[in-house]
Amino acid sequence: MIATDESRIGVYVCHCGTNIAGVVNVEELAAFARELPGVVLAKEYKYMCSDPGQEMIKRDIAEQGLNRVVVTACSPLLHEKTFRHAAEEAGLNPFLVQMANIREHVAWVTSDADLATAKAKAQLAAAVRRVSGHESLDRQFVNITPRVLIVGGGIAGIHAALTIANAGKEVILVEREPTIGGHMAMFDKTFPTLDCAACILTPKMTTVKDHPNIKMLTHSEVDEVSGSVGNLKVKVRRHARFIDEEKCVGCMQCIDACVFKKPKFPNEFDQGLALRKPVYMPFPQAVPPVPIVDPETCLLLSVGKCKQTCVEACGDREAFDFDQQDQIEEHEVGVVIVATGFQGFDPTPMLQYGYGKYDNVYAALEVERLLNAAGPTEGKVLLRDGSTPKRVGIVHCIGSRDKNHHEYCSRVCCMYSLKLAHLVRDKTGAEVYNFYIDIRTPGKGFEEFYERVQREGVNFIRGKVGEVRRASGDNGEQSQELVVTVDDTLRDEIREIPLDMLILAQALEPRDNSNDVRRMFNMSCSTEGFFLEKHPKLAPVNTVNDGVLLAGACQSPKDIPDTVAQAGAAAGEALALIDCGRVELEPNTAFVDEELCSGCKTCLGLCPYNAISREEEKNVAVIDGALCKGCGTCVAGCPSGAIIQHLFTDEQIYDEIEGIMHYV
Amino acid sequence: MSDETSPETAESFQPRIVAFFCNWCTYTASDLAGVSRMVYPPNTRVIRIMCSGRLDPQFVLSAFRQGADGVLIGGCHPGDCHYQEGNYKCLRRIELLKSLLDQMGIEPDRLRLEWISASEGDVLRDVTHDMVAKIKELGPLHLEPVPQPDAQPAMAGDEGA
Repeated sequence: MIATDESRIGVYVCHCGTNIAGVVNVEELAAFARELPGVVLAKEYKYMCSDPGQEMIKRDIAEQGLNRVVVTACSPLLHEKTFRHAAEEAGLNPFLVQMANIREHVAWVTSDADLATAKAKAQLAAAVRRVSGHESLDRQFVNITPRVLIVGGGIAGIHAALTIANAGKEVILVEREPTIGGHMAMFDKTFPTLDCAACILTPKMTTVKDHPNIKMLTHSEVDEVSGSVGNLKVKVRRHARFIDEEKCVGCMQCIDACVFKKPKFPNEFDQGLALRKPVYMPFPQAVPPVPIVDPETCLLLSVGKCKQTCVEACGDREAFDFDQQDQIEEHEVGVVIVATGFQGFDPTPMLQYGYGKYDNVYAALEVERLLNAAGPTEGKVLLRDGSTPKRVGIVHCIGSRDKNHHEYCSRVCCMYSLKLAHLVRDKTGAEVYNFYIDIRTPGKGFEEFYERVQREGVNFIRGKVGEVRRASGDNGEQSQELVVTVDDTLRDEIREIPLDMLILAQALEPRDNSNDVRRMFNMSCSTEGFFLEKHPKLAPVNTVNDGVLLAGACQSPKDIPDTVAQAGAAAGEALALIDCGRVELEPNTAFVDEELCSGCKTCLGLCPYNAISREEEKNVAVIDGALCKGCGTCVAGCPSGAIIQHLFTDEQIYDEIEGIMHYV
Repeated sequence: MSDETSPETAESFQPRIVAFFCNWCTYTASDLAGVSRMVYPPNTRVIRIMCSGRLDPQFVLSAFRQGADGVLIGGCHPGDCHYQEGNYKCLRRIELLKSLLDQMGIEPDRLRLEWISASEGDVLRDVTHDMVAKIKELGPLHLEPVPQPDAQPAMAGDEGA
């Protein structure tokens, strides 16, 4: 609306250092504002969000009797809360503040100063005209369920779970695999300190299992999430394990007794490098220490006939239950931490590296398993024929920094490649070559580790490997020996290097089902598919969905120290929400003007949250404010104009259109 | 008040485009384009709505009536709506509206609906470039003279005031 006599609007134009003032003529903008109806003062200042900037607004509200505030600065998604809070502290209703975005939407994207200033004026005029019609609103809060759902039981989920549980709050930890531990459990050593991964991880895994405040649900997935901020209902599907976790004592006699005398099927945890039986433990230190039956390969479950020697061995413990079905458990939680991790890039499509074609070309995760004392070769680095390699190459950036695959740097590959180089050389004495584009070692102790590996005699060749082929054998027969062709950019020559083993340092990429997870928790993804944080610097573990937090490599590739730090941060945010006891709801819910409602029921089918019902007696629609999430779809659909959305009323939007079109 | 964007001569024609962006996807993409310093033509004027489902077709008509040469609507990709399906509602309304615009003598190409996710700052830039170029080709929108803006527009006045 056009300002009335009562309007006393203060306009604040932020320079944002030179971010805005370097392009937009801020003096001209403030002068323009002073001429707008209802504006009693317009000021410009270097940083409105700073303490002096906020104080200026508060002082003017008190001394000049402002009853509306417009801040012309950055995106409201960044600082709307800041300025609402400032107004509130000065006694002005926080919803009488409006921001105009002239940084992200104007100064940063416009090269011509005059046109930028003109655009800024339009956005400012829209905000001034709109705020004139704002009304005071009450802040709305709901109580929060003091329980946290953590999705993913890798090191991120484990660390967050323990932090929260140790603070006395309940945690539901859901892990898709039969054991918690994630990728970290697959590693033998961790860079740059070469701590044994198992020694630092397995005690935490056991603590999770035994913690009275943690309910650990392995071999389980979240099926459905409903409810609203602070009070979510979660359906967890517990896949059938066919062994009762309560009754099993983890003696593993059933595995020995299985009718398959020898392991026959690839063990997923070992990247298929070792075999398992239909009843198996993914690895000896799995948590819970309960075997699992694979229904695809178990004779009884697949063909219906078996002597069931496993059941015999289990005896009166009676832990087997071949009739077990997937169970759906329902849990109520207030906060969610998504810690679903990453997956290793599959190098098969990069035909030039011969992965899947040549036996002795390995993906890095496979070599992690070979190096692991509990892995398929008990920690020995052996080729597929059982011999020890004498020349080993490691190719960096497989799928990373590659326009055909992932443009981003996976951030950990340089360091894990250095670690693999060290471990392989240490265990085999082999000649080791690293083929790299750039070596990136930005972390505590990382550069020192790089120097150490160089001192140990590992070869570094700067250049991309163009091709891997099999060497021709002495008598024309096929040799297992590999030859890589590499453009050595430091020596400026194409080199051919014979190798026994080639390791591909695969990228970390988002999991295949990350889109489903994103939709389930109403998050966004960045271009490459990792879950998007609310703000890269100021809210790195939050998402756009309040109460849903992120930890670990599902947000971006990161190493263990960073993952643990982020998991701690997410746990801290979760505890802060729970300790506060309540969450603020978005104020932009809709309500029905009964006088105007004709009872046509158009709106009922439009609401995705079933928040609208019909009151029979009055023949009007009623919106449940607790269920309404404030999309405004019903508002646009109401033929009578009877539904009004707080902060986005029709008038306010028409005001913005008019402000844009008529003041510039 | 200022004449610098006034669409008078063909060479200097700077189209005025009113953009309605949903809070979660396209408005965020627009922020990202800014953070990434992607330069694009300064012809759009952004109005933030929580969901493209909030877009009342009358907002579009109101913008045209007040002199907009184009209207751009940005929402989340199908299946990605923060509110589950508001973008589908928007799609239906816009398709209907386009056929209506034609009857009113407004080229339907002046109205554009795009799905732009929070990570697609580059798409926002490209769409803006493309739309400005197309509207420049179409030229300024000439409608019959309208009542002065300060006399409350009839369509706006109807809305539960």
